[in-house]
Amino acid sequence: MNRIRETSPFMLNLNRTFVYAVCIFLAFLSIIPFWIMFVNATRSTPEIQQGLSLLPSEHLMTNLRVLLDKAFDPVRGFVNSFIVSAGTTLLAVYFSSLTAYGLVAYNWKWRQPFFTLIIAIMLIPAQASAVGFFQFMYKIGWTNSFLPLILPAVASPAVVFFMRQYLLGALSLEMVEAARIDGSGEFFTFNRIVLPIMLPAIAVQSIFIFVASWNNLFMPLILLTQREKYTLPIMVSLLRGDIYRTEYGSIYLGLSLTVLPLFVIYFLLSRYIIAGVALGGLKE
Amino acid sequence: MRRKGVSYAKYGYLFSLPFILAFLVFSLYPTLYTLLIGFTNMKGVVPPPLQILDDPLQNFKDLLFNNPTFRTSMMNTAVIWIANFIPQLTLALVLAAWFSSQRLKIRGQSVFKTLLYMPNIITAGTIAVLFNALFAYPMGPVNSFFQLVGWSDQPINFLQDKTIARGIVAFIQFWMWYGNTMIILIAGIAGINPQIFEQAQIDGANGVQTFFRITLPNLRTIILYVLVTSMIGGLQMFDIPQLFLNGGPDGATRTAAVFIYTQAFTGSYLYNRAAAASMILFVIAAVLSACLFYILRDRDAAKIRKAERRLRREAKLAARGGAVE
Repeated sequence: MNRIRETSPFMLNLNRTFVYAVCIFLAFLSIIPFWIMFVNATRSTPEIQQGLSLLPSEHLMTNLRVLLDKAFDPVRGFVNSFIVSAGTTLLAVYFSSLTAYGLVAYNWKWRQPFFTLIIAIMLIPAQASAVGFFQFMYKIGWTNSFLPLILPAVASPAVVFFMRQYLLGALSLEMVEAARIDGSGEFFTFNRIVLPIMLPAIAVQSIFIFVASWNNLFMPLILLTQREKYTLPIMVSLLRGDIYRTEYGSIYLGLSLTVLPLFVIYFLLSRYIIAGVALGGLKE
Repeated sequence: MRRKGVSYAKYGYLFSLPFILAFLVFSLYPTLYTLLIGFTNMKGVVPPPLQILDDPLQNFKDLLFNNPTFRTSMMNTAVIWIANFIPQLTLALVLAAWFSSQRLKIRGQSVFKTLLYMPNIITAGTIAVLFNALFAYPMGPVNSFFQLVGWSDQPINFLQDKTIARGIVAFIQFWMWYGNTMIILIAGIAGINPQIFEQAQIDGANGVQTFFRITLPNLRTIILYVLVTSMIGGLQMFDIPQLFLNGGPDGATRTAAVFIYTQAFTGSYLYNRAAAASMILFVIAAVLSACLFYILRDRDAAKIRKAERRLRREAKLAARGGAVE
């Protein structure tokens, strides 16, 4: 019976120390590139080229002046990215909830085939249709507009899938039935009774949709050619061009500015984000 | 009980209508249009009137048989994806096993999870440009570090070396995604019946045995899910290779998506060739999605169907007078 506890306390502690060492190293690996980025944002280019430092210097304002003197416009990029991401999030969340409710609450002939279609198209890459999408938008004069970046969010199959799973567990059809007897219209019931029930799922999905849209490079890069329409990821691509060639301090500062809002969001909401990631894997 | 005479079925259609319309307009139509462009002569800033080629499959044949650039870009995509995925899954599995271990009882898990997942949330484009600056030549943070610890006397031009450049892209992908995979696997392990683990411990299984005999087999579905979603994501790898080195040096990090972008939206605007290439990617992604669909399909429903079939068979047998247990 003693065999059960064959690991000696010494070995267990050794193992544990090793595990902590690996985890701390990995945590360090996650932080250090961003640490260097923030520190270098405050250093002058000669300082950066002289060597590594983990402590900030005092050239933040000089770097900022050089950065803003040229093409990089973080405020404009921020505003544009925010318009696109907020619009995308609102549409995706609302219409996905509506579709999911249609799938869960009503018994209609094409319900099962429609759900199958949603799963089938869930993972089709946007790039597969990029050429046709661009030509289509070009013909109707929608390039350099935010609409083609926002409107497609009405059909977000992955979000519908998630919302449906949530509704299957959270919605009681008796409640819907009771609302009907009280004379509530179907659409009103959805807006006033079902949406509030779905709030936890909506919150989690909103974070993910917002961040994904905020980080999206491919579609904006294709559709937006006017500089005043650039979103932040396209702005970032300017930092790699000839304009800032050797102005390393400014490059690091520009990068830091694009990362800052994400860091704020992440450290405020990381608990929910990590719970959401775990859920994503559980949709067996 | 539904009241007689009132059918709510139409609301099912009505509430799904916006989704269906948006899908038709922004997804299905552009995909079919892309397919069509793949058969045509559409190229140049102002393309000539759309015309189907004499041999409609010309663009596809050119790509598959006479275009070394496309072939290398497919190879690059595969090589970079594999070099990122094998270490990613291995590390994620090991970490998930550690974090779930009842014996080790690792503390501070939520802090570790938060930090290890963090790179995933940051704009991939920003990370690509950041790594470009970190590996700068002749003097950048990585070169400074190498000289500080004495790994090199001379500055190394990392970004001119094809293998190193590919390696860095694979590393960035790995670094951004292993935390995500780890969290999914931890959730998967939490879903395994704890009695199995208890039983194994009573039977005297050690950590390694438990991992290979119990944890791994029970995670099969989830690992498959991670594999397929990662493959489909890998097929679309664009932001990092594009902003890290524009697909260079000498095309070493030019992935399939970078190839499509470069063909269609820069230089000579070869829309037709890019369209054909995206259709090839589309087919690969569709096959992979079909695999995932098969994995994710409602297993309870499948079980019920199987049971029904068995019952029917038995009923038939019984009708014929056969013995039924």
